[in-house]
Amino acid sequence: MSTATATPSKLWGGGKSPFNVEYGKLMMWYFLMSDAFTFGAFLISYGTIRFSTNGWPDPNEVFRSYPFAPEGAHAPLVFVSIMTFILIISSVTMVLAVHAGHNMDKRKVVINLILTILGGLAFLSCQAWEWNHLHSEGAWWGRNPFLNHDGTASSTNFTNYFFTITGFHGFHVFSGVVINIIMLIMTLMDKFEKRGHYLMIEKAGLYWHFVDLVWVFVFTCFYLI
Amino acid sequence: MEHTVAHEEHGGGGVKEIVRVTVILSVLTVVELMLGFWMMGMPLESVLRLAVKGAIVILMIAKAFYIVAYFMHLKHELKNMIMTIVVPLALFIWFIIAFLYDGNSFRNLRNTYDPHFKEQSTIKVEKKEEGKHEGKEEKHEEAKPEEKKTVE
Repeated sequence: MSTATATPSKLWGGGKSPFNVEYGKLMMWYFLMSDAFTFGAFLISYGTIRFSTNGWPDPNEVFRSYPFAPEGAHAPLVFVSIMTFILIISSVTMVLAVHAGHNMDKRKVVINLILTILGGLAFLSCQAWEWNHLHSEGAWWGRNPFLNHDGTASSTNFTNYFFTITGFHGFHVFSGVVINIIMLIMTLMDKFEKRGHYLMIEKAGLYWHFVDLVWVFVFTCFYLI
Repeated sequence: MEHTVAHEEHGGGGVKEIVRVTVILSVLTVVELMLGFWMMGMPLESVLRLAVKGAIVILMIAKAFYIVAYFMHLKHELKNMIMTIVVPLALFIWFIIAFLYDGNSFRNLRNTYDPHFKEQSTIKVEKKEEGKHEGKEEKHEEAKPEEKKTVE
């Protein structure tokens, strides 16, 4: 086998890391890829059902309220854009934490991780409020009080897909927050200082950005289009 | 080996790049929202509405690119690393085209050959009273028979 490394070849011959990334990080990427297929399958299934149906509820009629709104408030896209920005900003603080980790700056890692966790919790609270609000309007799995765009009766597909997909995403946000809290505790215990690198923060960061990435698609498919 | 990887200098512009990408993502989101608000007044089946939806999807893909390339740092990885992630995801192109086409074709078939399906989607339903908080339990009871009625 020693000849394989000696002769230059188009194929990888061993001897050095082919992707030049740490094992755990590469596996995180592959995990995220599989997760992308799961979310993709959900969203494409939603799209297929929507394309095979004649009518569909108007998202601007369904998602038009916000916390402490007066009766009959009509504010489409307002609350969900706040949620979107919360997630984008928490993604930014996560990059800053990863960046601080590169520079072995423990204090900044801690600050940015705390901000990221707060952002995640804020997003989860928003989602909890929205689910609760929709539930109080009579929407749930198997129950759809909303009418189609053109005033015809709508099937329960709309609510089923909405709660399943945003629920699955919310579950990812929740696990992301848990992972970030574990990272914060490990940072505070000087685990990474002792190891000499903050690669774990990078892996948690990848997961957190993926959660933000999925929200970009969910937000577009359910609220905008 | 882990040691050498750990001290690997990664490419990329640091905080400056992060700020730049944040601004781009925010601007793209604001444009998406503006298109969303603009779309509200448009008639349902208009070509313009479809075009705006297409523009929103393009902006969505641009946002996804910036998150993956810069926040997830994929752009600064080695090329074969990028390929092992991106190439499998190209399957989505086929998924989306095939499944949406299938859904659309199923709708057309049903509209042509299933008069019941066609009829159901043209019956207008009385718009229910806006949910007042006191009446919420009542509404749940109401929702079920309503559903049944439309199925029959």
